Amino acid sequence: MTRHETFPTSLSTDRPITLAILAMGGQGGGVLADWIVGMAEAQGWTAQSTSVPGVAQRTGATIYYIEMVKAPDGVHPILALMPTPGDVDVVLAAEFMEAGRSILRGLVTPDRTTLIASTHRAYAIAEKQKPGDGAADPQAVVTASGVAAKRVIASDLDKLAARHGSVISASLFGSLAGAGVLPFPREAFEEAIRAGGKGVNASLAAFAAAYDRAQNPDAASAEPAEAIPPKADPLAPVGHPGFDALLARVRGDLPAEVRLLAAAGLRKVVDFQDLAYGEAYLARLADLLAADRAAGGADRGFAFTAACAKYLAVAMAYDDVIRVADLKTRGSRRERVSREVGVKEEEILYTTEFMHPRMEEVIGTMPAALGRWFEARPGLVARLDRFVSRGRRVRTGTIRWYLALYVVAGLKRIRLRTLRHSREAAHVDVWLGRALDVLPRNYALAVEIIGCRRLVKGYSDTHARGEAKFDRVLSAVPMLVDREDGADWLRRLKQAALMDEGGLALDGALKTVATLGE
Amino acid sequence: MARSDGRHRKAMAERSFAREVEDLKLGDGDVFRGEGILAITKALLQAGVSYVGGYQGAPISHLMDVLADAKDVLDELGVHFESSASEATAAATLSASVMYPIRGAVTFKSTVGTNVASDALANLASGGVTGGAMIIVGEDYGEGSSIMQERSHAFAMKSQIWLLDPRPNLETIVKMVEEGFELSEASNTPVMLEVRIRTCHVHGHFRTKDNKKPDFTLRQALESPKRDVNRIVLPPASYLHEKEKIEKRWPAAVQFIKDRKLNEHFGPAEGETGIIVQGGMFNNTMRALQILGLADVYGNTTVPVHVLNVTYPLIEDELATFCAGKKAVLMVEEGQPEFLEQALAHILRKRDIQTKLSGKDVLPMAGEYTTQVLLKGLKAFFADHERPRLGNEPPIPDPEPVLADPSVKALAQVVPPRPPGFCTGCPERPIFAAMKLVEKELGQHHIAADIGCHLFSILPPFDIGATTMGYGLGPASASAFNVEADKRPISIMGDGGFWHNGLNSSVGNAVYNKHDGVIMIVDNYYSAATGGQDILSSRAESKRRATNNSIVDAVKGVGVKWVRQIDHTYDVGKMRATLREALTTKEKGPKVIVASSECMLNKQRRVKPLLAKAAKEGKRLVRERFGVDEDVCTGDHACIRLSGCPSLSMKHLDDPLRDDPVASIDHTCVGCGNCGEVAEAAVLCPSFYRADVIVNPNGLDRLLARMRRAVISWLSARRDRRRIAFPA
Repeated sequence: MTRHETFPTSLSTDRPITLAILAMGGQGGGVLADWIVGMAEAQGWTAQSTSVPGVAQRTGATIYYIEMVKAPDGVHPILALMPTPGDVDVVLAAEFMEAGRSILRGLVTPDRTTLIASTHRAYAIAEKQKPGDGAADPQAVVTASGVAAKRVIASDLDKLAARHGSVISASLFGSLAGAGVLPFPREAFEEAIRAGGKGVNASLAAFAAAYDRAQNPDAASAEPAEAIPPKADPLAPVGHPGFDALLARVRGDLPAEVRLLAAAGLRKVVDFQDLAYGEAYLARLADLLAADRAAGGADRGFAFTAACAKYLAVAMAYDDVIRVADLKTRGSRRERVSREVGVKEEEILYTTEFMHPRMEEVIGTMPAALGRWFEARPGLVARLDRFVSRGRRVRTGTIRWYLALYVVAGLKRIRLRTLRHSREAAHVDVWLGRALDVLPRNYALAVEIIGCRRLVKGYSDTHARGEAKFDRVLSAVPMLVDREDGADWLRRLKQAALMDEGGLALDGALKTVATLGE
Repeated sequence: MARSDGRHRKAMAERSFAREVEDLKLGDGDVFRGEGILAITKALLQAGVSYVGGYQGAPISHLMDVLADAKDVLDELGVHFESSASEATAAATLSASVMYPIRGAVTFKSTVGTNVASDALANLASGGVTGGAMIIVGEDYGEGSSIMQERSHAFAMKSQIWLLDPRPNLETIVKMVEEGFELSEASNTPVMLEVRIRTCHVHGHFRTKDNKKPDFTLRQALESPKRDVNRIVLPPASYLHEKEKIEKRWPAAVQFIKDRKLNEHFGPAEGETGIIVQGGMFNNTMRALQILGLADVYGNTTVPVHVLNVTYPLIEDELATFCAGKKAVLMVEEGQPEFLEQALAHILRKRDIQTKLSGKDVLPMAGEYTTQVLLKGLKAFFADHERPRLGNEPPIPDPEPVLADPSVKALAQVVPPRPPGFCTGCPERPIFAAMKLVEKELGQHHIAADIGCHLFSILPPFDIGATTMGYGLGPASASAFNVEADKRPISIMGDGGFWHNGLNSSVGNAVYNKHDGVIMIVDNYYSAATGGQDILSSRAESKRRATNNSIVDAVKGVGVKWVRQIDHTYDVGKMRATLREALTTKEKGPKVIVASSECMLNKQRRVKPLLAKAAKEGKRLVRERFGVDEDVCTGDHACIRLSGCPSLSMKHLDDPLRDDPVASIDHTCVGCGNCGEVAEAAVLCPSFYRADVIVNPNGLDRLLARMRRAVISWLSARRDRRRIAFPA
């Protein structure tokens, strides 16, 4: 505090230590604030905390603010009720975007603020409701905190806490202690946890781990890594002669830029159907590569073939009922669910699937000719749909239901003759045909056309909506084919299509594209 | 009314306030450490109140919650505590202090609660009181406020109720509660104690006194009743009341406030400039002065500061004395209109004091007075009127350089908004999912919303609701839309709002006026948004309150013919069908749907310890959780757009063929079933599964499981043999 010389009244130069906790409701920010206050009081300091829990409840972003000062006996400090931007010593952020919010609010400044942040993400509804990838870019927070903070102590404190059976308030508290920014010994922190009286041992364990990490950030990376086995090389043989022969073709016939994607694609389509289907995938890819070469792809890193390797595999391994039934009846699935849900040895796990089959799916699984016969009779289909279309709770752990799914999965044998397959194959032909038409005239645009396949996803309405968006985006191709920036525009259209469900952003973007030629 | 989900509970409140209740028992010379609102609760008992009422709501819920759990303390003191049906009920309760020397207090959130209470408050203030009557209003203003930004000050002025605005320091607040009762009695006028939201939640300490038994009890009053027609608001007495207010009560109050020195002075007696500050604004003002080098953290200041712990009535002499001889004063008054500044200007003008008055010229007319805002205002004030005070301008905290950095500016586009939303597993989520699905079928409807948790449906992902007019007024606010049209209006109201006011103002009104709209009553067994207090229709069994009163019976009782009860809101299909029927039926008159399922936050508080205990004791139980098969999910997030559940999020897969993150359910899932129901009802995708884990299985469970596993394992192994095994 700057002492003012003009006026002789003697003013103390003591200034309180100020801390702000940025958290979401339900994260235990209040517990953390109580620990900090309790500790400071136990050490003979005056501490004050404030908050607005009205919004803190129910996952909203909120701030807890604490001030503490070592006051002379008998003197009552006057402490502020909210943080002043530029006047905060420590910011504790219980989630990474909340760290970003603290910076945006001016609470983190380079002259004094230690920013202690958990790098984990809890996605906000605005991020996760996007039909595409709406996740905010954490790098922006990393960069900004480098500019704004005096010191940054950041790591995944959520995971750290979970590893010790505790919650993030404990690991944040440990980081605070380890950061050494408060004039209290470690024991004072631990005593505050004990005084709280709830889940003490787990809290202390998480506290200790976070303390060590804050004290010695370099050692954090050396901590026993969670047992993530190294990923197998996708190009290495898997020990199945037929598949390994195909993989050899990937290694031998395809350019280096394409191989990894093609290997992943090959695995996907073979897993979807069989080796012959994989062979068809590679054959098609070879044709596309030839066109790519002719269009000068060698100079462009075979971007076209690489895009095809990815999206052709996705398109060929479409989501039909056979695939769903197959995935849900695999032995490996049971193990995965057990792991995710945390089933103990003596406990018994059952899963219930929420399915809603409709006549469309039934017809799609019929041989193409029969399926078309039904489709030509909408009245009949509607009548039948009344029996078929309803939500079904499929109890995969019972023999009856398992068998039903098992049989559907077994329809794989006739899959390539089904109506659904003929539709998907036709769609692939049209799509690739359009890209190939464009390829010699506008290479980059052709690559983007392949990438638009990203829009086709999901089941039922979602799938229909995706296809409609795909068609609408591609409807702009004739307007873009002769433009040098055509690919950029198509990419923008694709991104717009992923912005919202209804396609409002896409409407706007399409209007803009329509005015380009004017 | 049969209820399928009619489990009866024993306890009242699910949260225990046992620790806080202990704080109420502190005696002479003990030190209380805790929240501001609890300090007030303790102060009431120290002041010898006979009765306390109120309506829960942020930021004063804790006062109610703690007293609700403090039966033994209250019984011992002979204090009657009541959760009032509404703020109007609470205010009317104060009438016990009209004829008898009984102290009483009521509390509610302001200004919304004061709006509801204003009829009773005006009558109370007109006739005046004998015993001390205190209204504790939690001023919900500024950051994080959930209501319209208005001032309680206007209510104090219009009804002549004294307004205390103590500086946010527990000692001061407690003192103002105690002296407030005396002020009320000395001036026969109710007193309002205004505490701002951060003050209610501030953690501090104060030295306690013993609790005091009331001198005169409610029982004594009942057994020897008194009446005085002159205290009743009826002509001609009401004309006399007005005169009495001005001629007797006002001067008495002014004298009391002066004598007791309720307003405080900090800093030197004289100065070229001075600051007058509302008590509530004191701490932040002092911090701003400290930053300017004009004060320290212990309350010493080089600038004279006059603190108005009483903001109504103003003590003219005190203010005139403070201003006289000063070149200029600054009035620090948060919110608008600037009542205090206007009054002070009037005082100065009347007394021909030439001190310059500053206030809203250097401080903003609207918005919260943060330290940052005050800092700017104070600087401007001193720059205009006493430049030397700013001296060589000590460096003040300034985030601007950081905020101007491009990398920080870029954050504005990155950091997502994070408004509050429904809790994990909230039973209201499926109601709004069903509403979205009906919207897809029948088009958009006009939807009138109300106050309560369900108001979160106005935010993404639901984006439902057009207006909100007040607690229990959702259906009332659709009243005008009672005309021939191809679409019916939908209105929503919570069980809290229903019992607060909605049964009459909304449902009764709709019946009487033959309203043709749809009324959705969201019944979650509690007044959930205010912290899970019990209400008339709560399913808890309580010794002290009459609960389990059916909403359906009540609406039928006022004449609704078309009523549907849904006992399990998670049944999205049924919810959608019922809503569709309500919107399309030929039947006239209000269509009421009562959608009931227990608030998940409270249910978890109730059930979790029970389940943990049962599991420990080796009892068979089934733990449910939802999951997503990531291979099946295609990353469209349609499920998230119909849910918004915090536990339903997304994750990025380590798969070069995938662009978009898939849906993912984390360990906070409570297995409510909404995900599966929505996926089924909206025909989304088959990637959701419910995992039922049988904990402590019995012999039959184990036998069945063994048999099933044997068959299933054989089948899946058979097929796995034909599959190429890819390394992970």
